[in-house]
Amino acid sequence: MTDLSNLWIIIFGLGIGSFFMRFLFLGLVGDRPLPDWLLRHLRYTAVAILPGLVAPLVAWPAATGGQPDPARIAAALATFGVGYVTKNVLLAILSGAAVLFGGLFLLS
Amino acid sequence: MASSSIKSAYWRGFRDATPFVFVVAPFSLLFGVIATEAGLSVFETMSMSVVVIAGAAQFTALQLMNENAPTIVVLASSLAVNLRMAMYSASLTPFLGAAPTWQRAIMAYFTVDQSYALSVLKFETEPKMTLPERVAYFMGTVSPVCPNWYLFTLVGALVGQAIPPWLALDFAVPITFLAMIGPMLRTGAHVVAAGVSVTLALCFAWVPYNLGLMIAGLGGMMAGAQTETVLAKRAAP
Repeated sequence: MTDLSNLWIIIFGLGIGSFFMRFLFLGLVGDRPLPDWLLRHLRYTAVAILPGLVAPLVAWPAATGGQPDPARIAAALATFGVGYVTKNVLLAILSGAAVLFGGLFLLS
Repeated sequence: MASSSIKSAYWRGFRDATPFVFVVAPFSLLFGVIATEAGLSVFETMSMSVVVIAGAAQFTALQLMNENAPTIVVLASSLAVNLRMAMYSASLTPFLGAAPTWQRAIMAYFTVDQSYALSVLKFETEPKMTLPERVAYFMGTVSPVCPNWYLFTLVGALVGQAIPPWLALDFAVPITFLAMIGPMLRTGAHVVAAGVSVTLALCFAWVPYNLGLMIAGLGGMMAGAQTETVLAKRAAP
């Protein structure tokens, strides 16, 4: 049974906390100049966070109870490969979805 | 002239973000389904999507509530998942920091993976964009993504368990992010940062509260910055 007694505390706690993190630099630093070394690190934020976010989801998907799944791994490689070569996000998503459903259909 | 270039920046953002509707919709649908299954009312489910507007954190919170974790643990873990938003905020600051405070507050609320990733890529590849054009582009990327986030949470909450598991909606999120990563890898330093991030994320996946991702993120950023310095020195002896 899910404990929902503190649900509204959680909703507003998460909302305020998330907004604070999003506003932290953009809102409070504003147009004050940032040091070069910091800017150099910030340039790699996206390529350092997104792959790290995805890697465990691909390697150990929750939907298969954390077991590596060939269809999902193939779909991940196809999505990334098509995106890297074509630079076309939509094409990459569609390729990944096609490989995922093809793989799930063939392997099940 | 100025207003037409701002309009066109808005629509370019809108167009660039439109593909993400195909992944945001299933993801938020799934959230609506799982939240109502966990016992949240439609109103509570919607409130969470509107107030928090961060899919991964919302799923984490639900998961921990299901496990009856203490409230403080639910909050800390879900916010840790969202720590990357602070990094996104920092990364956008050089491009958007000069906008009026009310605009920065609105953009902060709408800083999600998709609006951040598209905008930062655009701002870096087109350094000549003016500030109002950047703000317009950012809000353009938000427009197809965030309203659909709310809408499909509602659909999911209303439709409930009617979604068959073979649709494999769980994989909509990894596919979105993977599709966004390819076009971002424009230099060797980007590739190094991404490679280090993946390696660290897999090695530190066991660390609680999702802090493994923070280790991977900081490691990847340092690796990218270092590689950039080394490559620049080699190019200009």
